[in-house]
Amino acid sequence: MSGQNKHAHTIVGPRVYVAILFALLLGTALTVWASYVDLGFWNPIIALAIATGKAMLVVLFFMHVWYSTKLTKLTVVAGVFTFMILISMTLTDYISRAWGSW
Amino acid sequence: MQNSQIHAANSAPLAHEEHPSYLRHHFNSTEQQADAAGFAMWLFLLTEVMFFGGLFTAYLVYRNWYYPAFVSGSHQLNVVWGTTNTAVLILSSFTMAMGVWCAQTRRRRGLVLCLALTFFLGLVFLGIKTVEYREKIEKHHVPGFHYSLQSFLDPQSDPEVYKEYHDKALVPDMARHTELYFSLYFLMTGMHALHMIIGIGILGFMILRARAGAYTAGHETFVVNFGLYWHFIDIIWIYLFALLYLISRH
Repeated sequence: MSGQNKHAHTIVGPRVYVAILFALLLGTALTVWASYVDLGFWNPIIALAIATGKAMLVVLFFMHVWYSTKLTKLTVVAGVFTFMILISMTLTDYISRAWGSW
Repeated sequence: MQNSQIHAANSAPLAHEEHPSYLRHHFNSTEQQADAAGFAMWLFLLTEVMFFGGLFTAYLVYRNWYYPAFVSGSHQLNVVWGTTNTAVLILSSFTMAMGVWCAQTRRRRGLVLCLALTFFLGLVFLGIKTVEYREKIEKHHVPGFHYSLQSFLDPQSDPEVYKEYHDKALVPDMARHTELYFSLYFLMTGMHALHMIIGIGILGFMILRARAGAYTAGHETFVVNFGLYWHFIDIIWIYLFALLYLISRH
């Protein structure tokens, strides 16, 4: 009983927040720059990869998941996992419907 | 100490004078109370992930089906406004995070300042969104009876967009599906803006309470969990910016 309340809540300080702010602004500049370069097939992939990197910085540091309990980490991962099921199952269906009739 | 004794000591309700006034009686400790509230907040955010997830999935499916219409639709958006708004929202997330730090370290004036800045940046975001919406209204790009296909059937009639992208005219059947792009655009950015409006309302309430010192006396749970909500809105926008504004530029 007593064990689960033991962990102290880490206070994340301004230094971390400033670093993340600049990383996020840099990521934004990078993704806008990349969208002006014609990379064909890779344009959307790079844009989504940079967006995911930015989202991870926000979740881990602004939202403190990096410092939080295993329960919180599991909850976040469960959310992402369920969303990936939604996306992958749906797209599998739509991509394979016209299979062979291109 | 024996385990059973610890258990007994923890379960016994504390008398009123033995615990801080904000500790509810069904919690053992303020840490447990904060953990429970944080967990509940994350569960709420998971329902939000699935809610926006459905919209994102619809967008991906329709973009693959009506790709040319979605590219031409996307070219109507202004990347400069989109980038500015992304920066504004990231900055507001930073001021919110600093607000949480101020609450945790009991800095009342700092907290009020951070919340007020977040409030202001939220309004700036909505202001820029209004400028963008107004342009869509003027060009009749709002789905409905007055929707106009002109920019897509005759791209040269829309010189500002044409000089940047040199889009070819779409055949009428494909041009019709630009309405689908704008339906999803307004649905997704509109739901996002609604979340912002709700957030700004709560921020106003929090500023008043913070001025009275409500969050700087050891009970900052409300600020921390509101911060989670505000950062979540930021993440949704990061993806909306990439999907709606950026990925269709070529």
